[in-house]
Amino acid sequence: MSTIYLDNNATTRTAPEVLDAMMPYLTEFYGNPSSMHTFGGQVHKKIEEAREQVAALINAEPEEIVFTSCGTESDNTALMSAVETLPAKKHLITTRVEHPAVLNLCHHLGRKGFRTTYLPVDMLGRLDPAALDKALDDDTAIVSIMFANNETGVIFPVEEIALRLHEQGVLFHTDAVQAAGKIPLDVKKTPLHMLTISGHKLHAPKGIGALFVRKGTRFHPYIIGGHQERSRRAGTENVASIIGLGKAAELARTNLEEEISYLGRLRDRLERGLLNSCPHARVNGDIASRLPNTANISFEYIEGEAILLRLNEFGICASSGSACTSGSLEPSHVLRAMGVPYTAVHGSIRFSLSRYNTDRDIDTVLEVMPGIVNELRELSPFGRSIPEGSGGQTKEYT
Amino acid sequence: MWDYTDKVKEAFLRPKNVGEIENADAVGEVGSIVCGDALKLYLRIDKATEKILDARFQTFGCASAIASSSALTELIRGKTLDEALAVTNQDIADFLGGLPAQKMHCSVMGREALEAAIANYRGAPIRKTDAERVVCKCFDVTEEKIRRVAMDNHLTTVDEVTNFTKAGGGCGECKPEIENILAAIWSAQPPLKPLKPKGMTNLQKIALIQEVIERDIRPLLQADNGDVEIVDIDGNRVVVALRGICSGCSMSEVTLKSIQDKLRELVSDDIVIQESR
Ligand code: FES
Repeated sequence: MSTIYLDNNATTRTAPEVLDAMMPYLTEFYGNPSSMHTFGGQVHKKIEEAREQVAALINAEPEEIVFTSCGTESDNTALMSAVETLPAKKHLITTRVEHPAVLNLCHHLGRKGFRTTYLPVDMLGRLDPAALDKALDDDTAIVSIMFANNETGVIFPVEEIALRLHEQGVLFHTDAVQAAGKIPLDVKKTPLHMLTISGHKLHAPKGIGALFVRKGTRFHPYIIGGHQERSRRAGTENVASIIGLGKAAELARTNLEEEISYLGRLRDRLERGLLNSCPHARVNGDIASRLPNTANISFEYIEGEAILLRLNEFGICASSGSACTSGSLEPSHVLRAMGVPYTAVHGSIRFSLSRYNTDRDIDTVLEVMPGIVNELRELSPFGRSIPEGSGGQTKEYT
Repeated sequence: MWDYTDKVKEAFLRPKNVGEIENADAVGEVGSIVCGDALKLYLRIDKATEKILDARFQTFGCASAIASSSALTELIRGKTLDEALAVTNQDIADFLGGLPAQKMHCSVMGREALEAAIANYRGAPIRKTDAERVVCKCFDVTEEKIRRVAMDNHLTTVDEVTNFTKAGGGCGECKPEIENILAAIWSAQPPLKPLKPKGMTNLQKIALIQEVIERDIRPLLQADNGDVEIVDIDGNRVVVALRGICSGCSMSEVTLKSIQDKLRELVSDDIVIQESR
């Protein structure tokens, strides 16, 4: 049975081109980029090439890119840099739907005496920039708001927020882990200060990330040691992965438009098909402003883990915001923040696509899903009491 | 992905005894859609023998919840109600070759549905009354349930209680209280299983039975406004009388079973408990 991988917001397959670019630096070119000899120097050159490639993806300058070990490190570095460089300011602003890399660091800093504001989202997972205005004060050290949400794919108005904060001179970081490589990003147009990228979400390997730090932004390193990355991130570089990230960024940039329309078409086919064939299914998140690859669908009155394990029997990999999949007992904080009703929140499934998915993959999901949903509903004590009609944004698909 | 045993996977993918029983003799319903799992158990019971002729279920929940429900129905079919009441949540987990620690609450849900159904059959509502204090508001778990599950399963940490009851798994505000409840239980009754003394004389055995009942059992029952008295000890047979709210309680079989379990654990494997009528 072949695997149908629809969990690309969790991680992606390393692109073969990326692997090819990395291979020589895992084998024969093993020099240390910090060494004085030519053998190390050629590795250093290759890292700088990757820096240019990553910069180009977001229209930054190469010297504005710091390589890190992952998205979490980039997020942590951005926030901790603000805390270190603005010691008098004790207020942090973020959203309720951030990735744990930001959210849990804010909780941690909250316990250390920082004031933290978690901005709410509406039923469609949209952020209200006006709420940000209210939250801001002279004590605000940094605002950290994700570019696009990992669970729903909803895109936040980051450009608008950046412009407002720019006028007020407030430091702004965005976690663009899910957005980078999936939608156009342009830091020349968007006056934000720091932006997080993670390699394994765009077909580079795991264990590599980058942080964009705009020239002139006061910065404090998170990892302290040697002089690598112009003293902004100590530690011998993860050379092969950096080169892989560079290649992945280049691939993403050159194919961006094409992929957006390809993924959007597949995703919409999947979504429309599921909503039409499975009663009481609803889309979570704003369908007007979403990543092209993400569909978060709730199958009401059944539970997500059960759906996932049944899908697994057909080789289909997806993910769920249900509590049972995570070992926690509370369902997805994102869906809860959106006020998704309990009848739906436990049965939410996220399908996230990549360039390696095909129409055949979508066909298979559409073939098996109605049966799975039916069977689990038959099993459910709520099966009989399901009211007529279904909620959610199903209009344009019917 | 959870590390489920093949039996859990099998029971989840091909659950047995699914569905409703029309005009069932007993129905037990526990959990809710808010909490993320719910189980409705239907029983057909032979009135004369109190034998469970048929048991079926409907479950909303994860793979373990569905598998636990299926296991429960397989375990109790053909048993009398009293025999069925002796099925513990651990029996359900064991039947499935074990459940991940974080999923033990699914087996507890099975056990609770069984109690609810039997209470329903016997005409005594087992459902939570207003008098019972809810400790965990996120998951609507009462102090009574925490105590019972903790004692039945030898739970000594808050995390374990969370795995078995969900209490404490939400906002976490109830954790200090769970801690207190555990402290109260285990200060009266050390959770470490002492080695059973070997080769006791009859007199020594009687003395030990009395001691265990005084030290480990009565304080817990008294805390719930119940009590127990020893009426007679004859070899392995211990005759007791339940007092306070325990007497005439629809759950008295459960209480007796847990007393028997405790005596078997701390005194001797062959103890049989009987209620004096
Ligand atoms: S009250 Fe128990 S977890 Fe919230």
